[in-house]
Amino acid sequence: MSKRRRGGAFFAFCLAFAAAALLPLGAARAQTTITIATVNNGDMVVMQRLAPQFERQNPNIRLRWVVLEENVLRQRVTTDIATRAGQFDVLTIGNYEVPIWAKQGWLSAFDNLPAGYDAEDLLPAVRTGISHENKLYALPFYAESAMTYYRTDLLQRAGITMPEKPTYAQIREIAEKITDKNSQTYGLCLRGKPGWGENMGFVTPLVTAFGGQWFDNQWRTKIDTPEWRRAITWYSDGLRQFGPPGATSNGFNETLALFAGGRCGLWIDATVAAGLLYDPKQSQVADRVGFAPMPTGDFAGGPTWLWSWNLAIPATSKQQEAARAFVAWATSKEYIQLVARENGWVAVPPGTRRSTYENAEYQKAAPFASFVLRAINEANPTASTREPRPYGGAQFVGIPEYQGIGTQVGQTIATTLTGQNVEQALRGAQSATERAMRQAGYPK
Amino acid sequence: MKQTAAQRALIAALAWGVALLLFFPILWMVLTSFKSEVAAIATPPQLLFEPTLESYAEVQSRAEYLRFALNSVVVSLGGTLLALAFAVPAAYSMAFHPTERTRGTLLWMLSTKMLPPVGVLVPIYLLFRTVGALDTRTGLVVIYALMNLPILVWMLFTFFKEVPKEILEAGRMDGARTGGEFWHLLLPLTLPGIASTGLLSLILCWNEAFWSLNLTSSEAAPLTAFIASFSSPQGLFFAKLSAASTMAVAPILVFGWLSQRQLVRGLTFGAVK
Repeated sequence: MSKRRRGGAFFAFCLAFAAAALLPLGAARAQTTITIATVNNGDMVVMQRLAPQFERQNPNIRLRWVVLEENVLRQRVTTDIATRAGQFDVLTIGNYEVPIWAKQGWLSAFDNLPAGYDAEDLLPAVRTGISHENKLYALPFYAESAMTYYRTDLLQRAGITMPEKPTYAQIREIAEKITDKNSQTYGLCLRGKPGWGENMGFVTPLVTAFGGQWFDNQWRTKIDTPEWRRAITWYSDGLRQFGPPGATSNGFNETLALFAGGRCGLWIDATVAAGLLYDPKQSQVADRVGFAPMPTGDFAGGPTWLWSWNLAIPATSKQQEAARAFVAWATSKEYIQLVARENGWVAVPPGTRRSTYENAEYQKAAPFASFVLRAINEANPTASTREPRPYGGAQFVGIPEYQGIGTQVGQTIATTLTGQNVEQALRGAQSATERAMRQAGYPK
Repeated sequence: MKQTAAQRALIAALAWGVALLLFFPILWMVLTSFKSEVAAIATPPQLLFEPTLESYAEVQSRAEYLRFALNSVVVSLGGTLLALAFAVPAAYSMAFHPTERTRGTLLWMLSTKMLPPVGVLVPIYLLFRTVGALDTRTGLVVIYALMNLPILVWMLFTFFKEVPKEILEAGRMDGARTGGEFWHLLLPLTLPGIASTGLLSLILCWNEAFWSLNLTSSEAAPLTAFIASFSSPQGLFFAKLSAASTMAVAPILVFGWLSQRQLVRGLTFGAVK
């Protein structure tokens, strides 16, 4: 080999190897393949495990799964839909996104559902949350509201009984009595980690219960108000005095871990935690958990908390029919029966269908079932706050800008847990929100 | 100046301290992967626990590790080699045949690394969609090569600069052409440098998470996507996530350990004249 040819061999090798890696691996497929993007929550993992049964019933449809972390999924799916790339045929999205995306024309409507599907069986509150102009744009996979969890043994030891409908003032009194920092038992655990889906998920209904709201009917920001001040003072005083150390790093999962590990006396959070706290494999306090409704403040009947995880089909999907068949299967009564047969009634996806709650076996397996149903029915996501409001959503504000605004205000609220003055924090949050809303062009 | 025994012991202790500090998160991840989900979140953290393989079994049953690992190997190697194929000639010409614009070109190349990748996500996503490169290994190889090219050119440029021009001139006097000059003179002299550049690029590709998460979905998804799929917004996942992460970093850790001599030799190449 001449020197020159050998000299070039190095580059040729590099290029050849790179080229070999570049060869596409796609093989011809006779079947219809649908790609499902989902988060990794327990109920979705069960769905993925049971999906081969759907493939057996529909031999011409193959399922491909893309499982991602919630925030990555949201970013990934938004990019894909906004650029109309059509990489996904079924999406797992929340009831925050569904109406906003439907309005953008990003989702396909579910109008002609098969007769056996029984859409009337879906809980009305959940259905409303995923409708736009009276059409369903997603089908609910599971749904949650919020409730109060408490340690029966700690309350008993302190000689207290949990009121049937506790108020925030009573919760504070109980927290004070059961806190014992020496034994690392914290009376009150709440989300403290900043984020629109983290601390603000709790703070927004708290503010509503104290009579406050985000915006008035003219889209004027209402954060720097006495109602917010009282609510945030309750929150930050309570967590600082009776809460675990480092509360600002506790989101849903971290708080769940604390409660499951026996460190919390009281916890107000999503109803989905009930199934996890009652599971002895995941919880050290499974036999000592009590539950009560979400506490109330001086304004009752306002929106509280309603979240649903739904399956939707992007308008860009090229496999609309197959995707609809899958979504209808995964959200059907038959699917709930299938999970019950395979994993037991306590494992069925909660919060979506009346028929689930009417089932005696479910009521027996999940003692919290009636609480969850009542909490969802009373979540009132479209109800008015004390003063009328121009937006929907229970523990969030149903406008596209809320992800940014909610997270920013969440960061400011979190500073009150580390010593920032509540009034100053709310003034800061007020002006930041006013600025963001002005930039977004409100009032629209 | 001679060191006393005490000084040597102090330096050794300091080195061990720093090394342990850097290694601790990885050690903790490996330990957590052998815990049950409840033990993984126990406060105070448990150092002594009953080890279990249940997280590994769960991870195995939920996702095909080997498919993700194969994608990682192919795109990391492909991206590195493609980048080297362009970076070596580029660095050669800039080191040995500089023009008045060479410095500016080098700085401009580096400046492309200053933009956060998310700033160009939508244009690149649209380009990929148009050419059909979404969720393909091809797409990732090209992106990885482009992503690492500035770093590779800069590293190779500094290695090549260390080689006295006179050696190449002597070769040319003896009748070597560009290819021979590179093959017989430059390559043997700078091999540690080229090797360590390649190794670094390989590690950067392996760990890259932004593009791989955004541009792939299932067919071409590498190990970063595999890890991401074990984090969950509702439910305990730390043990499973640790098991998935341990499985994802194990190959590159072993690889890095085997090649550490090359890596250190290359990175300190030319540091002491």
